[in-house]
Parts: sequence; C-alpha cells; structure tokens
Amino acid sequence: MPASPDLPAVSVAGLVVRYGRVTAVDGVSFDARAGQVLALLGPNGAGKTTTVETLEGYRRPDAGSVSVLGLDPVDDHAGLVPRLGVMLQRGGVYPGIRPREVLRLFAAFYPDPEDPDELLERVGLSSVARSTWRALSGGEQQRLSLALAVVGRPEVAFLDEPTAGVDPGGRQVVRQVVRDLAAAGAAVVLTTHELEEAERLADRVVIVDRGAVVAAGTLAELTAGGPAQEIRFGAPPGLDAPALAVALGAAVEEVAPGEYLVGCAPTPAAVAALTAWLADADLPLADLRAGRHTLEDVFLRLTGADHDEPDRARAGDGRAARSARQGRSGP
Amino acid sequence: MSAAAVAAQTRVELTLTLRRGESVLLTLGIPVVLLAFFSVVDVLPLPAGVREPVDFLAPGILALAVMSTAMVSLAIATGFERSYGVLKRLGATPLGRPALLAAKTAAVLAVEALQVVVLVAVASLLGWRPEGSALLAAGAVLLATVAFAGIGLLMAGTLRGEVTLAAANGLYLVLLLLGGMVFPLDRLPAALEAVARLLPAAALSEALDGALSAPAAVAAGPWVVLAAWAVAAPALAAWRFRWE
Repeated sequence: MPASPDLPAVSVAGLVVRYGRVTAVDGVSFDARAGQVLALLGPNGAGKTTTVETLEGYRRPDAGSVSVLGLDPVDDHAGLVPRLGVMLQRGGVYPGIRPREVLRLFAAFYPDPEDPDELLERVGLSSVARSTWRALSGGEQQRLSLALAVVGRPEVAFLDEPTAGVDPGGRQVVRQVVRDLAAAGAAVVLTTHELEEAERLADRVVIVDRGAVVAAGTLAELTAGGPAQEIRFGAPPGLDAPALAVALGAAVEEVAPGEYLVGCAPTPAAVAALTAWLADADLPLADLRAGRHTLEDVFLRLTGADHDEPDRARAGDGRAARSARQGRSGP
Repeated sequence: MSAAAVAAQTRVELTLTLRRGESVLLTLGIPVVLLAFFSVVDVLPLPAGVREPVDFLAPGILALAVMSTAMVSLAIATGFERSYGVLKRLGATPLGRPALLAAKTAAVLAVEALQVVVLVAVASLLGWRPEGSALLAAGAVLLATVAFAGIGLLMAGTLRGEVTLAAANGLYLVLLLLGGMVFPLDRLPAALEAVARLLPAAALSEALDGALSAPAAVAAGPWVVLAAWAVAAPALAAWRFRWE
C-alpha cells in the first residue's frame, strides 16, 4: 500500500527528545517525501542520530510527534518494519558472519527481497563475500550495512552517516545505491556531517545544530539567499591587494592565504576588471565564485559562529568544506 | 511469526555457534575430556554405592553440557550481540522478538542434541549402560535448559559484553564444582551442600542421575528446584533485559 502522494512519507513536528537533563533534540520539524533524498546535515552532537532513531522507533518523543508512512514508529512497529530500511551509525552485524550469509538472512525477513547475490555485486562486495564481518574494512562494513538496509525494497530508508569512513570508490557506490533507492520511489532520510555528501545526494537539506533546525530547503533555496555583494577568488598568496582595490574601486581582502574577497556586487563588468587585472600581472586564477553562496557558506554562517566547541566543529567541517569546493570548481 | 524467518535465523545462530572455536571447546571439548579422563584415571571420590566412575560421571557431564550450551554459550553470544548492536539492528527488521527467541531456543536444543549423541557414545565406550527413562531425562534437560537460558539471558541483557563473558565463565566454574557433576555433593561440607542443592546445576545432575537409574526415580527436591529456576530466571530476564 503506497503512501498517498499528498502525504509526506516521513513527518516530524516539534520533536523534543531528552536524555535525562540533556535535551538532544529541541523542537525539530521537517517532512520527507517519496522519491526524494533528504539530508539531515549538522556537526557532531547536533541531534541527527537521535532524530533518526526516534523515527526508527528506538525511542519515544518527549514532546512533538513523528509519523512514518502515516504510522507511529513505536506503537505500529510490527506493521512498519517490513516497509522500512535502516542503517545504524555503526555495528549491527554479527562479527563472525559473512556478507552473503547475512544478506540471505535479512532477505528471508522480507516478503519481496532483492536477490542477495545481485545486491552483493551492486555494492561491490562479491570479492569479499566469504570474509567475515570483522575482517572487512570500515568502508566495506558500511556498504554491507547499506545493502542490509535496502534488501527488503523499503518504502522509507533511514541511513545514519552512510558514507562515514568510506573511501572515494566506495562513496560512488553508496551514492548510486541511494539514488537508485529514491528512483524506485522510496523516501530516503540520511544524516551526514559532510557538506559534500549533502550537496551531491540530497534533494532537500535540513541543517540542524544543537538540537534545532537552523535552515531547510532545496540546495538552490539554501544557497540563493543572503546578501551576496561580493566576489571570492583564489590566486597566489600575497597579491598587491591595495593596488587591486584601486583598480576595481572596491575593498579587497586576503581572507586566507591565496583566498580573496572583493567587496562589490558580482557584475560582469567587475568580474571582467578583476580578470583583466590578473591577466596584466600574468597571475593564474585558481577559483572564482560570484553571486551564490555555497552550502559551506550557509553552513558555517549558521552553525560555525559562537559554537560551544568551535575548534572541533570547524576542524571537522573544514576538511569536508574544502573537498566540497574542489568538487564544485572542477571543469 | 514467519516460519521462513525463524528457519533462516536458526540456521545462522547454529552456524555462528559452531564457527566459534571457544564455543565448541566449551560445549563439546571440555565435557568429553572430563568424562573420558576421570572415567579412566581413578582420582575422583565417588558417591556412596557407586562402583564405576563413569556411572557417576555420565549424568553429571550431561548436566554440565546442558549448562555450557544453555547458559554459558548463550549468555556470551547474546551479550556480544547486544554490545555490537546486532539485537538493536534486528529490532528494525520484521523478524520480531518472539521469532528471535524461538530461533535461539531451536539452536540451543540442536546443539544439546549433538552433545547428547556424542557424550552418550563416549560414555558407552567407557562402559556406561544407562537404564531408567530417557523420556524423564529429556524432561529434566528441557526444564534445566529453560532455567539456564533464563540465567544466561539475564546476564547478557543487563551486563556489558566483556562482563557477561567473565561472569558466565565464573559461574560455570562455580556450578561445575557445586553441581555434583565431577565432585559428589555428599562430599561437600554440610552448609555448602545445602546451598548447592538449591542451585540448578546440582538439581539437574540429581534429576538426571535418578532418571537414568533402574528403576527410574523422581526425587521431589531436584525437580522442584529446577522448576522454580525455570520460572524465576526467565521471568527476571524478561523483566530486566535491555536490548541496547
């Protein structure tokens, strides 16, 4: 029985979850629809896992409500689980079991499962089908956990950090499986603290920080807003910024070695003046960004400032942010 | 509860149990070695009226085998499944808790059947000629399996995986010594003997010894003790068990 197209497959309204005195989730609301990928993006400790585990029925809301396919995850657990795919943040598999064995086991739980051997091939684990779980690499374990989440052809999938610890080749596999799942009509809710994953995979992004939603929307909506009266570019460090400022008639600041911020609207004339100045000085242009925020800008603006643990948050997110920009500025 | 799911889960429980070397050592290796060694090497004291060591040892070692599988092996496996998040993950599948429990029960009974075949064969080679009632013996084993599994799951569901491992092995040693399995109960100091007779291990040895003697005997004491443990331990486990 497919969910009605008008109704969201997953609905979270004013969700509050507490552990003793600590409020892990503090008024989170969002909807996820069939055929779409929704990413819960936020730093570690933002409440992503708690939110997802409430949707999976592992805990009850302290306030607010959640519904999955119109059902209550705790009260209607037995009716819901055959239609659900779940990937926990870690573990969840017998250490001594082999990939083919555990996939066949899980396939036996569902009425219309995927073929375990085909699925093993799709997630690239055929060559290690006879190793035990404890002998698999972290990335292989993640891909097997993902396969276990999709083997029952779920209508809703909750994937907690599906690409954490996965190497670049493995990430391609994970992304393809997630896209296929959405293409088959499932609502996919995944969590990540990596911008690149949210940018690549998600139709909608919900940014959470310290238990609350700080922004939500499609990538276009999230990155279009705000006063983008600036041009950012990359060039060799130590440019003659004052001279450039005179040439452009606007403030120029080297915000990081080799990264510059020009304080004027990104009109074609301003960009032309900038590139002409660089051409005259025979300087290479590494990167040019105008008119749009990246998700990184939005994310850091919303979650980076006055954070309780700014060092940890920035260090962790900075790495992801850099790779996100590399992905974006490619040819 | 889907029969196909229970069958698949049972197969995996059995496969993983037999794949763990330490579990095979515990459930088959140690009982066989104890039975053979102490039957051949005449060092153990025997209860009054028993002439051949194997006649005393065989029922006791069968009881030890049941305890190894239903309590120790089950506790250790389930404890680690809990700490590795396996139980949590299975909770998000359509398998369901009754089906998981059914599969674990079936796997325990299958291993016990294997143990009985092997141990009875070895004991027969050593000259044991069981008499009495096999049906009565099977009843005692079933009752004890429920009691031991309750104790094992109570540990697995409340302690950390490593603590369960240590506690289950410690309890195994204590119950081995106080269980009338290799060491006759009537040779223990009176106070210790009184305590030992209230524990499920000694109760099972006594019940098996009675059931496999001619004529088969049902002493009230051991059966009442077994039944009490078979009710209390699983009830306590069901009440205290934490899945995460």
